[in-house]
Amino acid sequence: MKPIEISTVQEKLDSFLHQEVYIHLETTNGAYASHLNEKAYNVGAYARNIKVQFSQAKIVGDKQVHRVGLKLDMGWIYAEGLTHWEMLEDGKLLMAGHDREGRLMVALQISETPFNY
Amino acid sequence: MEKHVVVIYPHPDDESFGAAGTISKFREQGVPVTYLCGTLGEMGRNMGSPPFANRETLPEIRKQELEAACQVLDMDLKLLGLRDKTIEYEDRKEIAVKLKAILEDIEPSLVITHYPGHAVHPDHNALGAAAVLAVEMMAADKRPVLWTQAITNTFVQDLGEPDVVQDITAYFDRKIEAIFCHRSQAGGMISKWTENETDEEAAKALMRERFGTERFFTWTADRAAAVE
Repeated sequence: MKPIEISTVQEKLDSFLHQEVYIHLETTNGAYASHLNEKAYNVGAYARNIKVQFSQAKIVGDKQVHRVGLKLDMGWIYAEGLTHWEMLEDGKLLMAGHDREGRLMVALQISETPFNY
Repeated sequence: MEKHVVVIYPHPDDESFGAAGTISKFREQGVPVTYLCGTLGEMGRNMGSPPFANRETLPEIRKQELEAACQVLDMDLKLLGLRDKTIEYEDRKEIAVKLKAILEDIEPSLVITHYPGHAVHPDHNALGAAAVLAVEMMAADKRPVLWTQAITNTFVQDLGEPDVVQDITAYFDRKIEAIFCHRSQAGGMISKWTENETDEEAAKALMRERFGTERFFTWTADRAAAVE
């Protein structure tokens, strides 16, 4: 994946406006967080192939990381801590946040067709 | 001598970190070994160091890594087609029935899996529980011996000393080779376990200490009674 460049990603986000799309949203600090550090908590959330439509999409930069928010008819989706992006050949927009060791901490992905499940 | 050994773990790399030495030992004795791998580790957060995978390419990459590791360990591979991080939400009995059918087909004399409730990762605990159930459901005269692996930090306090202790010093290099087949995963974990030791020999010594033995608990009715 490539480091996020705001204007390019904003363009890609806009290309998904006002149509039915599939969302992948996740955040995780790994299944071993409290195994490796007893003071840590295992925290994560995961949703794959959730069908939504959004009327507005915005990427906002904050130092090295970015936030992306999608405005739905009845609610919101957002992800914080995004650092990298990639457009797959089949038109899937991947955005992810990696830590210093390159581990995935958060991901928001948008596609017109379902993600493999 | 064992007739056939079946290893049941949920993730590509569990077999290499957990039982590569034991598997190598059995293979050297000419015992066939089959790995029933639950998932493709689709939800792993290690993407390589530096990252070369993403959430969508990771499953295929890990599948290839797994195939390479199984080649190094010279064992058969069968994928169970479950999804990483979701096994505990599946119907345990349904998975057990599926496992039982495979075991009845292979007719192993020994099955290796995780110790349910003492294996840290929810997938380890859930697939271990399903494997235990599958073996319990088998006819008594076909039932293989079951070795379960606990990996919590407190398992010795909680369960006592494992009764099966495999000295795998002779197979250590092959184990490391198998672990390194899992290129997308190994980097991040190994740096943790070698305490960021940069000297290769010193790092290897730390790993030898950590991975020099593989230990298991033989499953018994008493152990079954203590698990819900």
